[in-house]
Order: sequence, then structure tokens, then C-alpha cells
Amino acid sequence: MLTVTLQHALPGFGLDVQFEAPPGVTVLFGRSGTGKTTVIQAVAGLLRPDQGRVALEGEVLCDTSRSQWLPPHKRRMGYVFQEGRLFPHLTVRQNLLFGQWFAPRDAKRESLDRVVELLGIGPLLQRRPGHLSGGEKQRVAIGRALLSAPRMILADEPLSALDEARKAEILPYFERLRDEIGIPMLYVSHSAAEVARLATTVVVLQDGKVQRQGTAAEVLGDSAVMPAGVRAAGALLQARVARHHSDGLTELDAGGVPLFLPQIAKAPGSVVRIRISAHEVILSRQRPEGLSALNILPGTVEHIRSGAGPGAMVSLTTPAGRVLARITRRSARALGLEPGAECHAVVKTVSIAPEDVGSGG
Amino acid sequence: MMLSLRVSVWATLAALPLAVFTAYALARWQFPGKQIVNSLVHLPLILPPVVTGYLLLMLFGTKGPVGGALQQIGIVFAFRWTGAALAAAIMAFPLMVRAIRLSVEAVDPKLEQAAATLGASRLMCFATITLPMILPGLIAGAVLGFAKAMGEFGATITFVSSIPGQTQTLPSAIYTFLQVPGGETAALRLTLVSIAIALTALLLSELLARRAADRAGGR
Repeated sequence: MLTVTLQHALPGFGLDVQFEAPPGVTVLFGRSGTGKTTVIQAVAGLLRPDQGRVALEGEVLCDTSRSQWLPPHKRRMGYVFQEGRLFPHLTVRQNLLFGQWFAPRDAKRESLDRVVELLGIGPLLQRRPGHLSGGEKQRVAIGRALLSAPRMILADEPLSALDEARKAEILPYFERLRDEIGIPMLYVSHSAAEVARLATTVVVLQDGKVQRQGTAAEVLGDSAVMPAGVRAAGALLQARVARHHSDGLTELDAGGVPLFLPQIAKAPGSVVRIRISAHEVILSRQRPEGLSALNILPGTVEHIRSGAGPGAMVSLTTPAGRVLARITRRSARALGLEPGAECHAVVKTVSIAPEDVGSGG
Repeated sequence: MMLSLRVSVWATLAALPLAVFTAYALARWQFPGKQIVNSLVHLPLILPPVVTGYLLLMLFGTKGPVGGALQQIGIVFAFRWTGAALAAAIMAFPLMVRAIRLSVEAVDPKLEQAAATLGASRLMCFATITLPMILPGLIAGAVLGFAKAMGEFGATITFVSSIPGQTQTLPSAIYTFLQVPGGETAALRLTLVSIAIALTALLLSELLARRAADRAGGR
């Protein structure tokens, strides 16, 4: 468990946060310029906060009120930077092994072979960073952090310098870190998709303050918290893979409701989390018939939140979990939607993109 | 002319560690009096060499405040080859610091941060990251310093004079030969030696620097 209390003056605003990161992946979620990087740098010891206290598993890393300060090289935090920061004069192999020289002998550590296998970087070992693509660099950076026998991984927007295809390539490796290595992680992101895939706990930062803290499903399903903007809104559902169909579809069981999506590479019985984008959801008062969409979730309107524009965000409770739907205020009026109203959420199969499907709970 | 080589090599080797430290401090650290240190380092470059030599004589001469103290423990600079090396080192120092400082500034401090998060203390960061990456600049600085030390004349002749076999370096020997009739042949011979040494040093450093740059550049 990591506990953080920080106050720090930044240009234009003051950072004042307090949160806890339990085991699993804690995502610091917020728009750019809300102080996320400052927080993670203070945890790593790369920045001295004006005031604050950081403790990991009861060990104090920094406490300004008692002038306690552990320098970064003694904190054993594996940091994955936005732009890799591999050492250009060393080979990939030497980069990977760099941290092992300094790790305590009795520290629990991963073997080079396992990390190389996990990240698929075997063919790169003899190369130098100058000859790697952006995605390869980031995989090596993850491996380098992991091999320093860290107590925790800190990742500062590790995907933001990559294009969409590379992002989709790297995200599963962070899932494997969470599920296979089981190392606690603090992950900074402004992307709702990354939160949906990785987070066990979400801490939403806005203007230097913690706006909300909770599980990924709670925070992403809350229409009052939209740090990435309404266009990126979308609730998170948990489901179990039921079976794969011969026509290229995978059937999921989400709280008793069947959900169909384009085939995913997960064995029947495994648990997945899927993000349903709010603007891909259609609402209907009657159970629709003669409709091409395959997924129909019956539910009840919980509340409707209208913004300044023509849109409204409807939250529904369904047997599968909470679903958000972004519709126009005009439609909401025409359908007579109000809290307690029965309603069906319609989701097209093809609107669930592969990058919206992650593993685990 | 082995004396001249010995003086220059010692001057370069002795000044190099201090030059690296000074260059690193000027490039990376903020400290009070940084401008004063910077000016002091550059002073020998600006002052007439004869003035530097005279200052050295006042400080390190057997009656000077530093030289007198050192004489108590058996170290004498004035009118010895060690004095020639000291003068050469001081004249070469600013050139070395300038070259090395530039290459330290070219190393991204973010890499040092990354090394720190991987458990490397400041000293280890320097030894494993900064030093290998500034190696090309360091070699260039050393060669520049060596060349300056080989050619040093003004400060040397003022501080330690030109005693044959003791403090007579290559430039002062050439100068002495030219002062006597019939010395031109000897002077020409020394000139050729001088050119040979300079060319060898230049080629060698070019080779080393290129190899180091390849490594530092990640190829």
C-alpha cells in the first residue's frame, strides 16, 4: 500500500492531493496539466514536494514535516518514462541488466529470461537503442524497470508518445505485469481506454485536487466524473467468456445477459472487462425487434445529467452493471426518460473495439 | 625533447580529472559564486601568458606563499620540470574545461534521473552514464590541452626559465636556437619533430573520439 499526501506550488495552481494506492494498478487519471506527473515524480523522489509525506508499506520515503528524505536511488521504484530514456551507449541487454547491479542481493527479482520472454524482446538483446522502434524501446524500458527488483512500478504516460497501433501493442504487456507478475503499479494516464483496461483503482485529478477515487467500474460509470471529456465517456462491464461462435463472434455472459462481440483470444470461462462507449449506445423504451444490433441490455434509468450543450448523459442500471448512454436532450424528452423508467440499451457488436476489451476484473 | 613530451603528458593527466569535475559542476550545478569560478577558470586564457607566469612565480616560487609551504615538504616547482608542467597545465585547463563542459551539457539529465530510479547513486550515475557519454568530448579536450601544453611558451619561460635539460621545452629550445647564429638547422629539426608529434596526437585522438562517439550515439 502506497500512501501519498502532497502539497506543491505549480505555475498557475497549487497541487493538494491525498490518496492511497492499494495492491494492483492505481491509475492517476486526469487531463494534462493537472499535476499528475508532479505526483508520480514526488513518489519516485525526482522532485521534492513543498510539503507532504509519501510512505510505501509503512516505510516513509519522504516526510517534509520531519525533514525525512530518501533519495531516488534508494527507493527502489521502477520508473517507466514517457519517452523510454534508454541509455544510448549500452546494448538492450546491458540496459535491461543496469538496475540489477544496484538491487539488494536478497530482493525478490525476476530472471532476465522470464522478462525477455514476457515482453518478447529476445531478438533485440544485442542491439543498441538507436536502432529500436518506439514500441520496442518502451518494451525494453518496461523490462529494465522490472529487472531492477522494484517494490513498485511507476509509469508516467508510457503510451502517449506512441501511435495508436503501438499503443494497442504495448497495453497487453502492462496487463501481464498486473496479472502475471502481480507487482503494484502507479500509472499516470489521460486516456479513458487505458483506465478501462488497466485500473483496479482510479484516482481522478482535476486542477491539482483529487476529484474522485474508486474502482475502475465505479469511476468510469459515474457520469459526474468526465476527466477525459464526454466524448471519451464509457462505462466498464465485467463479463465471462461463454463460447466462441463459428461466424467469428464471441459470446459473453454479463450478469445473465448475452453479449456478442468480434472474436477475442480468450478461453471460455475467463473473465474480461469491456468498455462500452457512451456515444455508441442507443436507448429504446420497448424491447426493439427487427434490429441489426445484437446486444440488448434491459435496465432502469438511474439518473440523467444534462450539460450546457444539446446532449444528456443517461446512467442505466442493468443486470450486467451500470451503462452510460450519451443521447440528445430532445430524445430524452421524446422518450419520456426519467429516473426509474424501464429502458433498453442497444449496443452494436462492431462498436466494441478490440482495444476496449481487457483481461481480468 | 622527451622533456617536452613528459611535461605535456603530465600536465594533461594532472589537469584532466579536475577539468572534468569543474566542467561537470559548471554544467550541472547551481551554486553561489558560480560566475566567479567560471571567470577564474577562464583567466589564463585571457591574461597575457607572461602575466600568468609571473603570478605563478610569485605564488609558487620558493619565497612565494604556496611555494614556500610546499618546499617544507620537499616539493619545488620553480625552475624545475614540474614547474613547467604546472604552467602548462594551468594554461591548458580552460581549453579542457570548455570542451568537456559542452559535452556534459549535451548529455540529457533525464538519463541520469532514469539511472537514479534504477538504483544508481550519483557517483555511479556519473561513472556508468555520464562519463561514457562525454568520452568523445573528454578526448577532444585532452588533445586540445595537450597541444596547448606542448606549445606553451610565455608562462613557462617566465616561471621556470629555459634551462637546457631541465626546463627547456620544445618551443623555448627553438626560440633559443634562433637567437644564436647557425642555429637554424637545429631549429628546423625541432620544428619537424614538433609537427610529427602534433600530427600523431591529432590522428590518434580522431580515431579514439570517433569510436567513443559511435558508442555514445548508440550505434
